[in-house]
Amino acid sequence: MGVAGAGALAASGLGFDDALAKSTQIKQKLRIEGAKELHSVCPYCAVGCSLVAYTRAKSNGTTELLQIEGDPDSPVNEGRLCPKGATAMQLAVSPRRVESPLYRAAGATRWQKMSWDEMLDKIAKNIKSSRDATFVTTDGNGNTVNRTEGIAFAGGAAFSSEEGYFATKLMRGLGLVHLEQQARV
Amino acid sequence: MVSLAATFGRGAMTNHWRDIKNADLILINGANPAEAHPVGFQWFMRAKLDRGAKIIHADPRFTRTSAVADMYLRIRTGSDVAYFGGLINYVLQNNLFHDAYVRNYTNASFIVKDGYSFKDGLFSGYDASKRTYNIATWSYETDSATGFAMRDLTLQHPRSVFQLMKQHYSRYTPEMVSSITGIPVADFKKVAELVGQMGKPDKVMTIVYAVGLTHHTTGGQLIRSGAALQLLLGNMGRPGGGMNAERGHANIQGNTDHAISWEILPGYLRIPAPGQKTIAEYVAASAPKKSDKNSWNFFGTNYSKFMVSTLKAWFGDAAKKDNEFAFDFIPKPASNASWMTIYDQALKGKMEGLILSGMTAASIGPDSNQVRDALGKLKWLVVMDALPTTSSEFWHAPGVDAASVKTEVFMVPTTHWIEKDGSFVNSGRWSQWKDQVLPPEGQARHDHWILADVFQRVKKLYQSQGGKFPDPVMALTFNYKDATKPELDEIAKEINGKDLTTGKQLASFALLKDDGTTTTGDWIYTGSYTEAGNLMKRRQGVQDPKANDPTGMGFFANWAWSWPLNRRVMYNRASADLDGKPWDATRPGITWDGSKWVGDVPDYPPTMDPHDPASWLPFIMNGEGVGRLFSNSMIDGPFPEHYEPVESPVANPLHPANSASPVAFLYDQAAGRPNRFGDAKEFPYIATSYRLTEHEHYVTQHVPHLVQLQPKAFVEIPYELANEKGIKNGEQVRVSSKRGKLEVAALVTKRLGALTVAGQKVYQIGIPIHWGYVGLSADSDPGKGRYWLANALTPFVGDANARTPEFKAFLVNVEKL
Repeated sequence: MGVAGAGALAASGLGFDDALAKSTQIKQKLRIEGAKELHSVCPYCAVGCSLVAYTRAKSNGTTELLQIEGDPDSPVNEGRLCPKGATAMQLAVSPRRVESPLYRAAGATRWQKMSWDEMLDKIAKNIKSSRDATFVTTDGNGNTVNRTEGIAFAGGAAFSSEEGYFATKLMRGLGLVHLEQQARV
Repeated sequence: MVSLAATFGRGAMTNHWRDIKNADLILINGANPAEAHPVGFQWFMRAKLDRGAKIIHADPRFTRTSAVADMYLRIRTGSDVAYFGGLINYVLQNNLFHDAYVRNYTNASFIVKDGYSFKDGLFSGYDASKRTYNIATWSYETDSATGFAMRDLTLQHPRSVFQLMKQHYSRYTPEMVSSITGIPVADFKKVAELVGQMGKPDKVMTIVYAVGLTHHTTGGQLIRSGAALQLLLGNMGRPGGGMNAERGHANIQGNTDHAISWEILPGYLRIPAPGQKTIAEYVAASAPKKSDKNSWNFFGTNYSKFMVSTLKAWFGDAAKKDNEFAFDFIPKPASNASWMTIYDQALKGKMEGLILSGMTAASIGPDSNQVRDALGKLKWLVVMDALPTTSSEFWHAPGVDAASVKTEVFMVPTTHWIEKDGSFVNSGRWSQWKDQVLPPEGQARHDHWILADVFQRVKKLYQSQGGKFPDPVMALTFNYKDATKPELDEIAKEINGKDLTTGKQLASFALLKDDGTTTTGDWIYTGSYTEAGNLMKRRQGVQDPKANDPTGMGFFANWAWSWPLNRRVMYNRASADLDGKPWDATRPGITWDGSKWVGDVPDYPPTMDPHDPASWLPFIMNGEGVGRLFSNSMIDGPFPEHYEPVESPVANPLHPANSASPVAFLYDQAAGRPNRFGDAKEFPYIATSYRLTEHEHYVTQHVPHLVQLQPKAFVEIPYELANEKGIKNGEQVRVSSKRGKLEVAALVTKRLGALTVAGQKVYQIGIPIHWGYVGLSADSDPGKGRYWLANALTPFVGDANARTPEFKAFLVNVEKL
């Protein structure tokens, strides 16, 4: 601590707290010094707290997430976060992530790893097969209805909006009528 | 959201988080914002601390919201129609409504057709065999010359909405309210006095709610009863007012807007129905109809432009005038295809495949055991998620014999929100753009890349093998640099839409056409990504409040972007009087300055002079041009009425012969399976479910800090009941319903307590929903969380309008283990 810091200590009745606050600030500054500052939004509830995220490129080519904090400029949260938002780093970087595509055959008792290519092919074949098996071109009253009755899609409350729109477009393109997300439940 | 659209024209939170600071009185029902939306709650506290606003919290549990409220009312879960109905009655009987607003901005003056009636709990048109209403009599008497609705601005006509409403709610006396809700008469009268002040033009109240109102077989009407009260008090469209739905997930609003929902297309266009052959037939059946000469009927008038422009965005050159813009390519559902219907169809063996993304059916329920059976009847299940879920693992859940489950399961590892860009839309409709902060972890891929890649593979299969009606699959537009890796920036531009003749991004949905020369992915987002760029990225916030929020109302017009057209408070024409002056000069929404509207972005033509006798009415999305106190857009009644939950310990004090909703959808019964409803003899306690601050649904079971903060599944048991049963705090209990059971710790608390309902003493049990057989807590549990799914208890029934399950009111028994 320099002379200015000592002066602040002497001038304040509760100098220790001030010093601690200052050293915390310095530590915080060092933590994010030279880091890239990016903007995000909390992934949990729909208050939509704005986040600032700091990252640093490492020499091995990977990106390290240093810190996530509330965005002080945001009219939504003015920098504040709840316990969930404040621990968002533990959702962002987690050893519990699913590492690779996993497949479980009918009646199997365990997962097996599968390549992306094989998995996406299998899913595509299933979609085509179920679509063809359950597609209704014309209903009992002679109306053109062009719908796939035997496939459902549900989800999306954690999607970016653009992904959600894209999912709707593709599923309707496949003729799906069973299309749902968290808003219902 | 159905109920808000049926009342005001759009289904979304009318104001926004920061706006709550502008209120004088805050009613909170079916919500616990201090714990479920803690950072949003700062704006409630600002209202209280900065302007002396009062907070009234009506909830089954005393929570941290109650702790800072000026009044806490212990209310029986699901009885809020009686509470709001009682307030409506008080306001009407004592002439405390906002007179000019009610006459001019609501349908109070509209005359209802002869033949409408309400008797012994049933509205006219009921068909008991089908459990549905024929709603023909719930409409206006029309002028034969113009076709417009008849009105009586004196509000004296016996069939005026105003008089019918007064009559309908006259039964909701303070004593009746108390008998239904359990709120003591004296407390209710205190609330009524406070609420009664809010019809003065210089006062404004907000109603804030969450899924505590939605999750009932009367959910739509619970919300509509609050909405009707807000119209009577003249509080809609105003800063500090509104009906404010607090949504629970980061982008539930955006993805409702973009129609991951069986009954709509993007921008709340209705999904076409069988029998509609042309755009014209579709619009005639779907769009609101102009029913007053001063109604703009903006939505109805432009419906075909929005639909045709979306068909152009989706099907490109294949959407032509001579093929009705490929209208046949849009699937037309036979009947309801909502959440519970998916599992109902699976149980019937009619659903082959299910794709889940960021949503775990096994935990969400309702009736988790039945849902698990349904998952086991699928041929295939795709789970797209970053982390394992109770759905990806259902086939080897504790107690399940994996070999007997014949479903093929795919676990597809996806990226997180932080590994991709794109926008999140909060409850207040603010669309905020995110940066991609991190690259994808390991092998994870973006959801939209997975979907794009699968779609391209399906398309190739149709090209090589042929199959059923491949035309829409072939025609669907993929105007992206890489068809298997579209950028979210490209998709955001597509959503906004463009003029095909100039190739330019459109600045407003007013520019959309129905001749095939414009596109939009979702018309309510037109204006979000214009030639000026992506407006969702804007960041002019509280770093300079004077410059960025000049009115001080908290609009922050250059922070992100909100639909529609960056309006921050919807229906804001109603914030000003007939002359265009704000009802309260200290809290202006928009103001007529003699040549244009200033303030917020007007929800109205920007230069329409309010003194022009031909000027439009304020609720531009409704055919009437006004807010609906009486609405024929709800299939369970034009006025909200109290019905008991499907499982209730008491008969409805208003009409015991028609106790529960006569039109709630009983899935099991309709499918020929036995209804599994419990009665109060076997299951004497009311239960309700909710969330905790430290968890978000189920995903946070993977977050160590949050699991440390709330490590263990529990239920909250009222202190008095625990004493009766000899249950001590922390002991294990079994909570059972007709459908399943929980075995968890008891948290004995005075936050819950006995109520007197219909002369009987009843207890309510509280059940947090966050635990299951997947996650850190389950990993460390000897029983692997086998009996931790809260929704094992909940009934498989739905609200008549939205088919929302009754998660928040059902019957259980409690035993000490």
